[in-house]
Amino acid sequence: MTTEARPDVVPAPFAAPSTDESGWKRRHLLDLDDFSVEELDLMMRTTDTMKEVLSREIPRVPALRGTTVVTLFYENSTRTRTSFELAGKVLGADVINIAASSSSVSKGESLVDTVKTLQAVGADVLIMRHNRSGAPYLAARTGHCSVVNAGDGLHAHPTQALLDLYTMRGALGDVRGRKVVIVGDLLHSRVARSNAWALTAMGADVVLCAPPTLVPARLGEALEDRLPPVRVETNLDRAIVDADVVMALRMQHERMQGGYVPGAREYSRLYQVNTERLARANPGALVMHPGPMNEGVEISHDVAHGLQSRVEEQVTNGVAVRMAVLWLITRTSTKQARAAAKGAL
Amino acid sequence: MSNVIMSRDDIRRAVTRIAHEIVENNRGAQDLVLIGMRTRGVPLAARIARAIREFEGEEIPVGTLDVGLYRDDLTERGPSVSIQPSDLPEIAGKRVVLVDDVLYTGRTVRAALDALIDYGRPGRIQLAVLVDRGHRELPIRADFVGKNIPTSHADDVQVRFEETDGEDTVRVTAAEEAGVSR
Amino acid sequence: MTERILIRNGRVIDPASGLDKTADVLVEGGCIAAVGPDLKAEGARKIDARGLVVAPGFVDLHTHLREPGLEYKEDIATGTLAAARGGFTTVCAMPNTEPAMDNRSIIEHVLREAEARASVRVLPIGAVSRGRAGKELAELGDLAAAGCVAFSDDGAPVWDATLMRRALEYANGLGLPIIDHCEDPSLARDAVMHEGWVSTRLGLRGAPAASEEAAVTRDIALAEATGAHVHIAHVSTRGAIEAIRAAKARGLRVTAEVTPHHLTLTEEIVAFGSGGGWDLVYDTNAKVNPPLRSQDDVDACGAALADGTIDCIATDHAPHAVIEKLCEFDDAAFGISGLETAFGLCMRLAHDGRITLETLIERLTIGPVRALGLDRVVPGIGTLAVGAPADIVLLDAAAEWVVEPERFASKGKNTPLGGVTLRGGVAMTVSNGVVVHDHQRPTTSDQRPTSGVPVG
Repeated sequence: MTTEARPDVVPAPFAAPSTDESGWKRRHLLDLDDFSVEELDLMMRTTDTMKEVLSREIPRVPALRGTTVVTLFYENSTRTRTSFELAGKVLGADVINIAASSSSVSKGESLVDTVKTLQAVGADVLIMRHNRSGAPYLAARTGHCSVVNAGDGLHAHPTQALLDLYTMRGALGDVRGRKVVIVGDLLHSRVARSNAWALTAMGADVVLCAPPTLVPARLGEALEDRLPPVRVETNLDRAIVDADVVMALRMQHERMQGGYVPGAREYSRLYQVNTERLARANPGALVMHPGPMNEGVEISHDVAHGLQSRVEEQVTNGVAVRMAVLWLITRTSTKQARAAAKGAL
Repeated sequence: MSNVIMSRDDIRRAVTRIAHEIVENNRGAQDLVLIGMRTRGVPLAARIARAIREFEGEEIPVGTLDVGLYRDDLTERGPSVSIQPSDLPEIAGKRVVLVDDVLYTGRTVRAALDALIDYGRPGRIQLAVLVDRGHRELPIRADFVGKNIPTSHADDVQVRFEETDGEDTVRVTAAEEAGVSR
Repeated sequence: MTERILIRNGRVIDPASGLDKTADVLVEGGCIAAVGPDLKAEGARKIDARGLVVAPGFVDLHTHLREPGLEYKEDIATGTLAAARGGFTTVCAMPNTEPAMDNRSIIEHVLREAEARASVRVLPIGAVSRGRAGKELAELGDLAAAGCVAFSDDGAPVWDATLMRRALEYANGLGLPIIDHCEDPSLARDAVMHEGWVSTRLGLRGAPAASEEAAVTRDIALAEATGAHVHIAHVSTRGAIEAIRAAKARGLRVTAEVTPHHLTLTEEIVAFGSGGGWDLVYDTNAKVNPPLRSQDDVDACGAALADGTIDCIATDHAPHAVIEKLCEFDDAAFGISGLETAFGLCMRLAHDGRITLETLIERLTIGPVRALGLDRVVPGIGTLAVGAPADIVLLDAAAEWVVEPERFASKGKNTPLGGVTLRGGVAMTVSNGVVVHDHQRPTTSDQRPTSGVPVG
């Protein structure tokens, strides 16, 4: 005996949420290449809640009490590691930080042994940053810990792309149909790759821009879903026209000396996001950067600190996004599942 | 088949009575804050506030509380519903009345108490529910109750409000059918 | 050791003579004594080959036995037992051992070990340069006298063109070829797989096909300039194949080999494994040099094998220890343990109709022999001619079996084919008149019989 809901009677705050967590099945967050729109949406909504938690007088909840989170960073990164550490602590988890040396088999402990040891000690979640592409996949296969990829080699940086997406949606509402230009060293950028997957899944028009020597093989070709369906452009003045978002990527000094481009001067002349170029984008276009910035190289000082820059917001959103990630992947962790199985009627 | 335990009119009367009891118990509407627990405590809190406004002439602040981040494993019985942001007015020193549709084991209320305390230090906290179905697992009781409905564990109690579900009813689906209807 | 064996009623295929009919094969004194219908042999061990193909034992021009120095990966005993299981009765041992096989005494050591412990014939390949360092020629004359059948720095290219030219000239004087691992070290620097959409997807550095094509083109030019014979190891690209085809058309002395994996597996295996799913796996067992390439390259290899542009199949059997593959992809060792899956994998081309069974067997037997001129060293090798060494393989072209790496005879369990079903297996292998593999009674390396192949 059900009566149909009358939409005009249901005020927005009372409506039951449309995306529920029963659809979330992932134990790991390794990359965004196979995320559905629903999953990305759920991640965004969950981040909203986490942002509210952070706005409280005492920003602490017991959601992950009893969960042990280990950050295993083979590459140094104070910014990302601190962001994850805080995310874990706000949720009440025990957080342990390990700075591992980039060890190969010959020196120190192998990755597989390290993961097994941490697991035996009681780690539930491993947050890994590694300089080798694919390392978190090996870790995920090794045992029952949940693995969150905090950046692996040149391959993926999913939490960065999620916080970038969250920042864009916060300013633009929706990214569907919006033009997002990502410019920089695409060949070596895991941030560009993860952003490309997430943004194209959400219906954005993604244009990747780089000197020809820094465009990865086959990118931009119509290859179904083997690679994200982006457009590739080597001329930034052309690419940036009508952009709603311009994201500049860090240009490493080693690349500028490594024969990929003639040097910093030519790179900044052709590819720097500066006031002049930005004027060709849509008025109010967002300027973003994953950090840390090389001011004067890939981005001018004025633009980096100008009104359109969302760089600080990206960092702030990072904690909320990482809280959302930790919450969702622990919904399906074996420990919770076992406890719930014990406690259910 | 399920039984309708409370009709639209039953609910309306219960809401009015609860509203009066709250004001009477607190000797007036001053410093009162109603906090509805997601999901169906929210429209219920709004209705109680509306009733109080009508007979007392006072505008009571109403907030929403999501306890998803405070539940222990044992409260997760059904499919998990995604967490939402809470939205609370100032509660320090106030007389807070938590409002929920059904009181059962008491674990959700315990989680709500933890959450509220993280937001500030209320003067007092009371609990108002539309239905008390028994089977408490913690020493928690409701201060204001719409209707006591004895049930068994396998029964399914469904509260529906016009604002969320398009109709006003309270239904109990008995044990054998409960398995099927789920 | 040498009993009389009568193999009856098999379909005898001997590509060297064009024979393809039901017949019996009689083995006596370690040699082929007779091939014909209804042979009689009193007291001989009788083997029923009904439903099976009887062919010459396979000849592998490219095997890494890892001895001396790397015995934790493989040794002569386990490697040759793996060869026997794969149907190979002759393997050419590559010199990238430690120390490298760049002088007579190491060669003699290898041959002595082989005589004592090998299941099948081992023919050594000497290094081109001292220590395989690519700087100075090794003592090629002495290596030839010690028994080397060719020279190679395999594992590494002979990158210095002048050294390659000198090596070709010098080896030509000895009547022996140079086998080159064709890779431009600059284009392929730091590469761990093929450069293509998969390397982009995985975030791994790739080597472009041009890296192989450039090196092959250089070698062809040098072969022409010197009139010498260059053998291109493990060809994997369409571009290289086209250059080789053109070179052969001009009558240059260029030969080439291809591995079973380059005939059948693409770069996608690296990303997704062989399980058929679409989750990223980063399968280190598929990390090999030259890398698994695109479908177009795989197709080109198959077509070239069929039309003879590629002379033969060679496994490039490259065993590694588990720990060398159970690590991050960038750090994993390159190589596939391929002796035991070679026939089953290559049979995919026969089952798909891209090559006939007879041609496939040719490319595994007399094809490699002719490519390197091995019949000068061992007359009759790769054939079932009367008087030839009794190197025989019994094949079940339709048998389905699941690849179980843990049960390999090889110490190297590194194959991307774990759990995959192959169609086509080796029922029995006879080496120098001794049954060295019987699939109904598989032996371990302690039990297996040595074939007592004479040295030198």
